[in-house]
Amino acid sequence: MSTVFNIARYELRRIFLSPLAWAVLAVVQFIMGFVFINLLVEYANSAGMGGDQFGVSDYIGGSLYGFATILLLLVMPLMTMRLFAEERKSGSITLLFSAPISLIEIVLGKFVGLLGFIAVIVLLLGAMPLALNWSTNLDWGRLAAGLLGLFLLMMAFGAAGLFVSSLTREPTIAAVGSFGLLLVVWLINILAYNDSVPFKELFGYLSLISHYESLRRGVFDTADAIYYVLFSALFLWLTVLRLDMERN
Amino acid sequence: MDNEVLIEARALTRRYGPTVAVDNLDLTLRKGEILGLLGPNGAGKSTTMKMLTGNLAPTSGEVFIKDVSLHEDPKAAKRHLGYLPEQPPVYPELTVDEYLRYCAALHGVAKKALDAALDSAKRDCGLTDVGHRLVGNLSKGYQQRVGIAQAIIHRPPVVILDEPTVGLDPIQIREIRKLIKDLGQNHSVILSSHILPEIQAVCGRVMIVARGRVVYNESLDVTRTGRIGAITIGLRRPPEQAALAAIAGVKTVSALGNGLFRLEPESGSDPREALADAAARGNWGLYELSAHTHTLEEIFVELTSRDETRAAA
Repeated sequence: MSTVFNIARYELRRIFLSPLAWAVLAVVQFIMGFVFINLLVEYANSAGMGGDQFGVSDYIGGSLYGFATILLLLVMPLMTMRLFAEERKSGSITLLFSAPISLIEIVLGKFVGLLGFIAVIVLLLGAMPLALNWSTNLDWGRLAAGLLGLFLLMMAFGAAGLFVSSLTREPTIAAVGSFGLLLVVWLINILAYNDSVPFKELFGYLSLISHYESLRRGVFDTADAIYYVLFSALFLWLTVLRLDMERN
Repeated sequence: MDNEVLIEARALTRRYGPTVAVDNLDLTLRKGEILGLLGPNGAGKSTTMKMLTGNLAPTSGEVFIKDVSLHEDPKAAKRHLGYLPEQPPVYPELTVDEYLRYCAALHGVAKKALDAALDSAKRDCGLTDVGHRLVGNLSKGYQQRVGIAQAIIHRPPVVILDEPTVGLDPIQIREIRKLIKDLGQNHSVILSSHILPEIQAVCGRVMIVARGRVVYNESLDVTRTGRIGAITIGLRRPPEQAALAAIAGVKTVSALGNGLFRLEPESGSDPREALADAAARGNWGLYELSAHTHTLEEIFVELTSRDETRAAA
């Protein structure tokens, strides 16, 4: 276990040593800040116009974090593309392969390191509504559900991206590949609205985004959390298999 | 010298599709040995090393490191290994100290022992002054040293180095060779190269690999003092060739002109003394008598080119 955290620690350190992470954080924060202020102004303008059934937490939290999913779908492949592809390209992966550690530890270590980065994004997104804490009453339970949902969603994005990164030695191909994969799993719920498709409910259930909806509305359902955990576990397991194949 | 066997590879075979990269290769490394793995490009040296370090699974055959099977218990087996692949596996964005700490942690060096391990590895590899610098900003030679430091930081009994001097300048090559020789005092080393003088300068035993097979496996002392290949003799007043051929131990004689002859001795015999004797008695005016021992280079060329002609036929 300490090996996993060791790898995670250095992975996280290397993520933050690259300008990519800072650029991604800056862009995400800028765009989210823009959206946040826009929502705030809109809310302030419509105050007292019969919109009392929506609190500021619903309005800001719901819309802001709903928009964040799209942005993160674009951004996460950039963060996961290097994890294995670049190591393979530079040959540094040999260090991990010849050390007395198992493939599971390698994959988990990288994944936990990535979770560290994801946690930073979640904290930054949580800081925006926090700024309103002194001027209004916030429904923190609801915002927390939304942030937890974002964390779980990004965790699933990360696991899928990690797997795609283990397939290739070109980081750019890994980025394009994981973006494509995530978009397909995201859009699979289109099929659920098509009556001619058999098992349409199933496709709706499998889609990455449908499980986020209830969390965004502040409803925590264990089934949704388990969906994301299983989704991540599946891709982590596939990554281990893929790395094992590489030796044979 | 302790004769404990550290690495034993039995009948290693590796196929890439229809190509056989390594074919039925046996290898034994004992404690305190520096084994040179020599071979032309594409002979299977790197593939062998990848299999010995668990980076590549052999198609068939087994590797034991300190009697632990690399296949069945890779974690325990790899604990005894340090490996420098052809390309040093470094992270350019880390400093030398950070990188080496990470390597030590990966290899299970305890936290308390970490500083001491770091210091001694840096001292051994001449990295003491560059500890705070980024690996990516170091020259190729220093990066290579970082690669070697990474392989020895956990003080493994076996160090495997794949072409450690490629791309270095002559002074760096000398330093790295000296470093490897020093390593040989406390570690067993397997070293691959296609540079003959390097193997000669550093190794105690040499294994020549050609087309994935072991074609030669001897201690270097044997090649240094070994069989006599040919004798050149220079005579001011040479006798008939037949008279030379009649001397015991001489197989064939060919004249090179100017009183120079090239003699092929019968295998295992050294007719030099008899030749000098005969020259003195016959007043042939002996002015040159020299033997060519089989150098490693001759052995190498003979074995690898023979193999190629056989393959071409």
